[in-house]
Amino acid sequence: MRRRKLEELFFRSLMVLSTVIVGGSFFLIVGTIFYKGAPYMNLDMITKIPGGGFYIGKEGGVLNAIIGSIYVAGGATVLGLLISIPVAIFINMYMDGKKFLSNTLRMAYDVLFGIPSIVYGAFGFLIMVYFGIRASLLGGIIAVTLLVIPILVRTLDEVIRTVPGELRDAALSLGATRWETAKVVLRQIRPGIFTAILLSFGRAVGDVASVMFTAGFSDNIPTSLHQPAATLPLAIFFQLGSAVDEVQGRGYASALILTIIVLIITILAELLIKKFSKFRN
Amino acid sequence: MTQTPHISVQHLNVHIANQQILKDISINIPDKKVTSIIGPSGCGKTTLLKTFNRLLDNTAGIKITGKVLVDNEDIYDPAAEVTHIRKKMGLLSQRPYPLPMSIYDNVAYGPRIHGTREKAELDQLVEEQLKATGLWNEVKDRLNTSASRLSIGQQQRLCLARGLAVGPEIILGDESTSALDPVSTAIIEDLFISLKEKYTIVLVTHILRQARRVSDYIIFVYMGKIIEFGPTEEVLLNPKQELTKEYVKGYIS
Repeated sequence: MRRRKLEELFFRSLMVLSTVIVGGSFFLIVGTIFYKGAPYMNLDMITKIPGGGFYIGKEGGVLNAIIGSIYVAGGATVLGLLISIPVAIFINMYMDGKKFLSNTLRMAYDVLFGIPSIVYGAFGFLIMVYFGIRASLLGGIIAVTLLVIPILVRTLDEVIRTVPGELRDAALSLGATRWETAKVVLRQIRPGIFTAILLSFGRAVGDVASVMFTAGFSDNIPTSLHQPAATLPLAIFFQLGSAVDEVQGRGYASALILTIIVLIITILAELLIKKFSKFRN
Repeated sequence: MTQTPHISVQHLNVHIANQQILKDISINIPDKKVTSIIGPSGCGKTTLLKTFNRLLDNTAGIKITGKVLVDNEDIYDPAAEVTHIRKKMGLLSQRPYPLPMSIYDNVAYGPRIHGTREKAELDQLVEEQLKATGLWNEVKDRLNTSASRLSIGQQQRLCLARGLAVGPEIILGDESTSALDPVSTAIIEDLFISLKEKYTIVLVTHILRQARRVSDYIIFVYMGKIIEFGPTEEVLLNPKQELTKEYVKGYIS
C-alpha cells in the first residue's frame, strides 16, 4: 500500500513540477522581454520607419518591419490555406479506398513538417533565382508559404478526420455531390480552420531563416510585391547584435511588439473559434 | 405479398476486403409498407440497408455484385446517377447528425442543392416538413438558431424532416431510435407508421418489440443471408425456420 501511495505522490509531484516549469517559463520570457523592452517602447517605435540607417540608429521605429511581417505572414497564411484546404479535402474525401496513397501523402507532409525553415528559405531562394525574382515581399511570401503548408495541411487533416462519417453520409444521402459534402465538412471544421490559421500565422510571423534570403531588407514599407520587405524577426536579430545598449533595448522592444502581435492574433482566433463552434454538433 | 415491389434485390453479394458480408441476397421490398430488417449484431443488416442508396460506394475494399432495382431501375448500373438515386431515399441514422447550420438551413439544404432557390418555396417546404415531423410548433420561433441546440429527439425528427424535404420515395432507418429516450422513440415510431401512406419504409432494428409495433413485413438476416421474410406476425409469432425461432426466442443474439 505504501508503495502505491508513494508512486501516486511521485507522479503527482512530477506533473506539478512540469506544469510550473511551463507556466514559469512563459512568464519569465514575456517578463524579460517586457522588462528589457518596455523602457524603449514609444509611439515612434510603431509609427515610424527607422531613422539614422538600417536599424542601427536610435531614431524612428520599426513600422517597416511590423508591416512587412504582417504582409509576409498574412500573405503566406492566405496562400497556404488556398493550397492546404484542397489537399486536406482531397486526402480525406476523394481518396477513400486508396489507403496506400493517402498514407504516403500523409507521411510526405509529416516529413515536410519536420524540415527546418532554413531549408525552405534556401529552396524558396532557388525558386526565386529560377524565375528571376529578386529578394522581395513576393519572395518572402513564397518561402514562408512553403514553410506553413505542412502545418496547415497537418492541422486541417487532423480536424477533418474528427468529423463523424455519419455527417458525410447524411449529406450524401440527401443527394449531395462529393464537393457539396466537402463544403458541409468545411463548415463543420470552421473552428479548426481558425486553429490552423493561428498556428500558421504564429509560425510565419516569427520565422527568421526562411525570410533571411528571400524577403530582403529595407528601411521602407513595401508598396509592391516586388520591393524588398523588412520583417520583425530579422529586425530583432540585427538590433540585438548591436553593441550599443540603446539599440539592443530597441531590439527587445521589437520583440515585445512581435509578442503582442502574436497575442492579438491568438485572441482573435480564439474569438472566431468560439463564434463558429456554436453551429457544430 | 402480391404487392408490386419498390425495391427489388437480385443475387446481391457484398464483399469488404475479402470478407463476404452479404451472400446471394434476393428480396422484394413492398411498396408503401414498413419492412424491418432484424438480426443479430454483425449479421449484415446495416450493410444491406446501405446498399439501397449506395452509401457503401466509398468504403475501402468494397465489391458489390448483383442487382438492386429501385422502380425497376438498376441502381448499380454504371450509367446510373448516384445523386439521383440517393435523392429518392431519406436516411435516418443511429444518432442524429444535424448539418452544422441553422434549423431552417438543415431542412432547406437538400432542396437547395437540388436547385430550389425561391425563398417563398423554401419557406413553404421547411414549414411543411417540420409540420410533418411534428416539430413546427416546437421550433417555429427559432428557425435561425443552431440545430445542435435541439434535444436529441428533436434533432432526430429534424433529420427526418431534412430527408423528407428532398421529396424521397423511400425512407431508410438505421436503428434510428437507438440513441433516443422512450418518449422520443415513440414519436419516431408513430411517424414511421403515419409516413407509410406516402413512403416505402425500410428499417434496421434490433428491438423486436419495435419491429412488431411498426412493421408490416420482416426480413430476418443471419450471417449475411436472408433466413426468412414474411408478414410481421408470421415471422415473429410463427416462424418457419429454426434459426428465426431461436432468434425470436432470444437464444441467438
